[in-house]
Amino acid sequence: MSIWEFANPVRFMRLSGRLLPYFAVLTAITLIPALVWGFFFTPDDYRQGATIKIIYVHVPTAFLAINIYFMMFVTSLIWLIRRHHVSALAAKAAAPVGAIMTLIALITGAVWGQPIWGTWWVWDPRLTSFLIMFIFYVGYIALWAAIDEPEKAADLTSILCMIGSVFAIVSRYAVDFWNQGLHQGTSAPLLRPGAENQMAPVFWQPLMLSLAGFFLLFLTLLLLRTRTEIRNRRITALRAREA
Amino acid sequence: MLPDLGKYVVPVLSAYGAMIILAGGLVLASLKSAKDSKKTLAKLEQKRKAKSND
Repeated sequence: MSIWEFANPVRFMRLSGRLLPYFAVLTAITLIPALVWGFFFTPDDYRQGATIKIIYVHVPTAFLAINIYFMMFVTSLIWLIRRHHVSALAAKAAAPVGAIMTLIALITGAVWGQPIWGTWWVWDPRLTSFLIMFIFYVGYIALWAAIDEPEKAADLTSILCMIGSVFAIVSRYAVDFWNQGLHQGTSAPLLRPGAENQMAPVFWQPLMLSLAGFFLLFLTLLLLRTRTEIRNRRITALRAREA
Repeated sequence: MLPDLGKYVVPVLSAYGAMIILAGGLVLASLKSAKDSKKTLAKLEQKRKAKSND
C-alpha cells in the first residue's frame, strides 16, 4: 500500500475518522500529566529558580513552531509537484496551529527572559528569526483567506511557504550559526543526533513527556482541521453546482 | 495548592496562563469549525439527494 493512496480525500476521511479519537485520548493522557508534573512536581533550578517551570511550555511550543513549518514546506512541495489536494489542505490546516505555537513560544520566551536576562526582548538571531517566522505564518493564513480560487490560493501560499522556510531553518540553527545573542543552545539535545544530554533527569523527563504531549496535540488538531478543510472544499463545490 | 514560586510567581503563571488561553482557544475554535462544517455538509448532501430523487 502506497502513502499516496491517502492523498485521496475519501480514503483520508475514512482513515483519519478512525484515528482521530485515539489521537485525542493519547493527547489528553500525555499532555495533561506532563504539564501537571512540570508545574507541580519539579524542583526549582539552582540559578533560574521557579522560572525553569516555563521550559515545559516554551520548549515544546518552540519545537513545534519550527517543525510545523517544515511539515507545511513538505506538504506544499507535494502540492506543487504532484497536485494532491489533501496535501495543500493539510498545510492550510496546520498553519493556524503553527502560528499559535509560535506565539506561545514568543510570549513564554519574553516572560522567561525578563527575570533571567533582564529584558523582555532582544534582537538576537534566534528571537528575530522566530518573529519573522510568525509573520510568515500570519501572511500565509491571510493569503489563503484573500484568494477565492482554491488552486491559485494553494499555488501562491505554497510559494510563500517555500520562501518562509528559510526563516524556519534560521530559527532552528540560529544558536549554532551565530555565536552571539542571549538565547542559549538547545534545551533538548537528545533530539539532535550525537548530542549529549546535559539536563538532570528531574527536568528532562517531564520535558520529554511534554514534547510528546504537544506533538500529539498537533497531530490531533492536524487531522481534525484537515478533515474540516476537506469538508469545506466539498461544501464550496456543492454550492457552486447549486448556483 | 500552588507550588511555591517565590518571586517568579508572575512570569510562571503568565506563561502557563497564556499557553492555556491560546492553545485552549485553538482547540475550541477547531472543534467548533469542525462541527459547523459537518452540519452544513450534511444539510447540503441531504438537499442534493432529495433533488436527485425528484
